[in-house]
Amino acid sequence: MLLKIDNLHVKLAETGKNILNGINLEVKPGEVHAVMGPNGAGKSTLAQVLAGREGYDVTEGDIIFDGENIAEKEADERARSGIFLAFQYPVELPGVNTAQFLRTVVGAQRGKAPNAAEFLKQAKQVLDNLNMPHDFLQRFVNVGFSGGEKKRLEMVQMALLQPKLAVLDETDSGLDVDAMKLVAGTVNSLRSADRSFLMITHYERLLELIKPDVVHVLSGGRIVKSGGPELAKKIELEGYSWL
Amino acid sequence: MPATRDTLKTIEDLGGYKYGFATDVASDVAPAGLSEDTIRFISAKKEEPQWLLDWRLKAYARWQKMAEKHWAKVSHPPIDYQAISYYAAPKKGPDSLDDVDPEILKTYEKLGIPLREREVLAGVTNSRYAVDAVFDSVSVATTFREELAKVGVIFCSMSEAVKNHPGLVQKYLGSVVPAGDNYYAALNSAVFTDGSFVFIPRGVKCPMELSTYFRINERNTGQFERTLIIAEEGAQVSYLEGCTAPMRDENQLHAAVVELVALDSADIKYSTVQNWYPGDADGKGGIYNFVTKRGACRGKNSKISWTQVETGSAITWKYPSCILEGDGSTGEFYSVALTRHKQQADTGTKMIHIGKNTKSIIISKGISADHGDNTYRGLVKILPKATGARNYTQCDSLLIGDQCGAHTVPYIEVRNAQSTAEHEATTSRISDEQLFYCRQRGLTAEDAVAMIVNGFAKEVLQKLPLEFAVEAQKLLGISLEGSVG
Repeated sequence: MLLKIDNLHVKLAETGKNILNGINLEVKPGEVHAVMGPNGAGKSTLAQVLAGREGYDVTEGDIIFDGENIAEKEADERARSGIFLAFQYPVELPGVNTAQFLRTVVGAQRGKAPNAAEFLKQAKQVLDNLNMPHDFLQRFVNVGFSGGEKKRLEMVQMALLQPKLAVLDETDSGLDVDAMKLVAGTVNSLRSADRSFLMITHYERLLELIKPDVVHVLSGGRIVKSGGPELAKKIELEGYSWL
Repeated sequence: MPATRDTLKTIEDLGGYKYGFATDVASDVAPAGLSEDTIRFISAKKEEPQWLLDWRLKAYARWQKMAEKHWAKVSHPPIDYQAISYYAAPKKGPDSLDDVDPEILKTYEKLGIPLREREVLAGVTNSRYAVDAVFDSVSVATTFREELAKVGVIFCSMSEAVKNHPGLVQKYLGSVVPAGDNYYAALNSAVFTDGSFVFIPRGVKCPMELSTYFRINERNTGQFERTLIIAEEGAQVSYLEGCTAPMRDENQLHAAVVELVALDSADIKYSTVQNWYPGDADGKGGIYNFVTKRGACRGKNSKISWTQVETGSAITWKYPSCILEGDGSTGEFYSVALTRHKQQADTGTKMIHIGKNTKSIIISKGISADHGDNTYRGLVKILPKATGARNYTQCDSLLIGDQCGAHTVPYIEVRNAQSTAEHEATTSRISDEQLFYCRQRGLTAEDAVAMIVNGFAKEVLQKLPLEFAVEAQKLLGISLEGSVG
């Protein structure tokens, strides 16, 4: 088991509001899981908590990743152990050169900065796959990028970092059909027996391009239903009210 | 949080400030106190000519009539000028590099400053730049002087310049910063003990970087050095100064004066990496860095460029300025000032446009963390004859945490309608989102802050000579360790 979430309860540190109320979820290596659910169900909180965002208190339960309980670990430790979060709203870093940023973070995860020339070649290849011009490398991270460009830069980072578990937080939102195909292409090309995906999405559209193994419906901070791809189809047609 | 604890521990292990050691060396220290006799003592020690003693005494008389001004946004208890020793020098006076006290050589080695030319020549260190090493009140060594002399460049201590090049010193000393310019400049004029002297003759491009490394070692002493750089017509020079001091609980005063003179088409680039001991987290100890730096672009199309990275000192008070007299002359000021713990910085520049078509650019980046307080204070003055003058000023402030302060105080005086002055200012904060984003990619909080801060300061850092830019980048990172968590 790559990820095992066991009876996870989480509340907001500031207000004490309960957001997750006993999540149970198991992801095996190589699997793609989709998490769907109405607004306010706790989907993004789940993504943030997995990545170690501060401001949330885990009041009960465990998060076991790769055999280790990571519930108390810092965000950067989790990242270095192989968890990647594609942000719903990627953050701008004024003054920080994108190429430099990519090489630095890859170096941080591998323990050693990669050879500059080889890395640049690899980064350009990844940009090509996502139909992004190379001059993005010389711009500041996410500064002045359109919403779609920001999402694609998340995919660039995922491709370069090669995580064990990639959590995609509504990466499809705000993307046009062509961009969504590029994103799906990146995810599909990275699918392998030792890499898993947890995709948070509102729409079934993405799941036609990336076939999930399991679909979960999150509501009221709990997983209320799990099934195969047909579950996503049913939600697309009937919404969440039948649940 | 574990990461924060680790960082704090690392800092404790490092002592927070890695240049904070003291060197045990026998020194000649004048008793504390300031009077005419002190000045006569210093002047006699240095075997100075009468005119210089007279100049000092006149400055002292001026200083006695002046009062400390308190317009800067810094505060400190009153300084007892009688409690300071105005002269401290290692006992053994060296005649050549081989004679320098091995303890002092070791000190500079620890600081990473190459004083042994043969090692530099043999490629033991890769940097090839000439160094004047000032230890407390005196210059202990100046490297590469023979090689520089071959092209007519004079690079020596101020004391030697007084002896060997009295005409040049007398002509230019105090010509940019007059003895009575301000309280600290007057004090410096009265008691300055050493410093560097640079003369680049007409048409010569200085073949290597010149630098001075200032080290305060003795307790209860002040350091009052004076630097004078003259670039004749068409001459070019790049000069860099660095500074460190041991960690001590009491404050020490550093009141320097730097004067630059650029004649027609001359180009002087002056860079500073200031890392005096900043004091501890509670604001105990640290250097009071009260410095007057000014350059005169006397010649047509001359250029003076100041770049400073200010990470040290308990209090920094300095305004490296340019007097743009020559038509078509250019003044530049690029600054990164970082304050954390209880550090205070009030720094900026003055650009005085006198000649026609003079240009100036000011880029200031202030970084504040913890309880640090950071003020940019600058004056752009365009005088009536400066037709076609142009200034561009950009002041950016970056805040880390919510206890620190950033202030921008620009004064703009334009007295010529055919000129332009532009001013832009921004204030931003390292957000939790930015930190989380970087940490999610695997960077520690410290590395994330260092990366964002270096991005913020890049425009200025890239103005430094290459090898120092890398050092300055690291310094910014180290200086901010433990400021987030």
